[in-house]
Amino acid sequence: MKKKKTNWLITSLLLIGTLLILFPLYLTINIALKTPQEMGEPLLSLPNEWRFQNFLDAIELTNFYSAFLNSFIVTFCVVVLTVLTNSLVSYAIARNMHKGFYKALFYYFVSAMFVPFPIIMLPLVRQTAVWNMDNLVGLIFLYIVFQLSFNVFIYVGYIKSIPIELEEAAVMDGASSWKIFWKVIFPLLSPMNATVAILTALYAWNDFLLPLVILTDPSDATLPLTQYIFQSEFSTNYNLAFASYLLAMLPMIIVYIVAQRWIIGNVTRGAVK
Amino acid sequence: MQSKQRAFLFMTIPAVLLFFLFHTYPLLQGVFYSFTNWRGYGDWNFVGFSNYFNVFKDMRAWSAYGFTFQFAIVSTILVNIFSLLVALGLNSNIKFQKSLRAIYFLPNILSILIVGFIFQFIFTLFLPQLAELIGVTALSTNILGSPDHAWIGVVIMAVWQAVAFNTILYLAGLQTVPADVYEAASIDGANPWKRFWKITFPIIAPFFTINMVLALKSFLMVFDHIIALTGGGPGYSTESISVLIYSGGFEGGQFGYQSANAVIYFIVIVALSVFQLRILQKREVQQ
Repeated sequence: MKKKKTNWLITSLLLIGTLLILFPLYLTINIALKTPQEMGEPLLSLPNEWRFQNFLDAIELTNFYSAFLNSFIVTFCVVVLTVLTNSLVSYAIARNMHKGFYKALFYYFVSAMFVPFPIIMLPLVRQTAVWNMDNLVGLIFLYIVFQLSFNVFIYVGYIKSIPIELEEAAVMDGASSWKIFWKVIFPLLSPMNATVAILTALYAWNDFLLPLVILTDPSDATLPLTQYIFQSEFSTNYNLAFASYLLAMLPMIIVYIVAQRWIIGNVTRGAVK
Repeated sequence: MQSKQRAFLFMTIPAVLLFFLFHTYPLLQGVFYSFTNWRGYGDWNFVGFSNYFNVFKDMRAWSAYGFTFQFAIVSTILVNIFSLLVALGLNSNIKFQKSLRAIYFLPNILSILIVGFIFQFIFTLFLPQLAELIGVTALSTNILGSPDHAWIGVVIMAVWQAVAFNTILYLAGLQTVPADVYEAASIDGANPWKRFWKITFPIIAPFFTINMVLALKSFLMVFDHIIALTGGGPGYSTESISVLIYSGGFEGGQFGYQSANAVIYFIVIVALSVFQLRILQKREVQQ
């Protein structure tokens, strides 16, 4: 392909546009590093000196490490279990779509995409409380369920594009369906697994509504929920609040900076399918 | 052959079981309770369709539907305009393409609730201070404090956050447009405007539909934005359907009544989705 000359007009417009994206983050960092006394000065001015004590105070007040651990455990378990269970059921569906049962199953799952969460929210809260699942374990199960519709939809589409001849060769060798799934199909699904894993991780890490309604023990609180719980205590101290927001966003930002090409690449792939 | 079929059946069991217990079963319960006067505790009786009739007479519910649709439609349109523009920009011959793409996708990885808290600060403290500093007194009030304009604040924050994901979807679509099509068109002397509408847009049209559907659906469910920015206020002016069901159902002792509201909401979403799917299928036939 021949190299065309750079369009500097569009480049500059996009660069100016990034100010809109980065500005709230700049403000967050700036205020997180100031003292309450400095809040009287113009908000955009840089801090007189960087006050890292805000972060230590925020960590202590909001019990940051516990919330971080909760968020991490939930996200990790949800991603692993989602990829395993959802790809497995999608494989069974994709290879048996000609049978009524599996076709019905497909539509059963996919139609749930249109069910708004509030309709199941009220009964679900009661149900998880009665079943002793108003905790992190319940949260993990629910995240797996709520992504299933979308995941089955994209997995089934992808598996159908995998030639069945690859499996027939393995059948000749006497491999069982389970073995075929693990040895042949699951590795071929890697790109889709990555897409599903990323979207699931972002969802489970950042979600606020489900922890808000399901969790009853404050020590189970995830990072977004913690910000909500401490909102009333922050109200008098913006510096502490912003230090806490920044801490809560930081793990995902770090992962993003390290892996942004991989993340965007896989989200894009999911979109083309 | 028999064992193969049994294996396939077993593969579906974990997902089916979980899905039924944590999705279908609560859904059925929700529909069931919508015909009762249950408050979330204590005794209850069947009340037939009276909850449903009452939702239609409930000004607070009407206001929630009005706000939610106004917010969702305006945000969907704005998000699609901005993300298409950004995607077109990112897809042209620019410098720093990878870094720019990474920055524009950044809002998508952040928690909506936390972004909402940051914007709440921007609207209540930063913008008024800035407006006073540069002497624009008209803007020196907090937009979130005005019953007529608070929804605009919610739209701004929602659009800021949502453009990221839709941009990536459009970018994926634009990358499926073959480069030689453009070269042929530029030789024919087609101007960029014409090129976009005659060539690019028809090719990325499926992405346009998907984006409209996804954005509208997620904005109709708006919850985190509201909790972080306004809590539904001032008054009930920015109370969305999700927030109404949440606060009425859990705090207002209206479990049965809000279940009926949720069923209506469900029917509205299904009707919209069927309508949108029709359009999607029409496209697929054309391809």
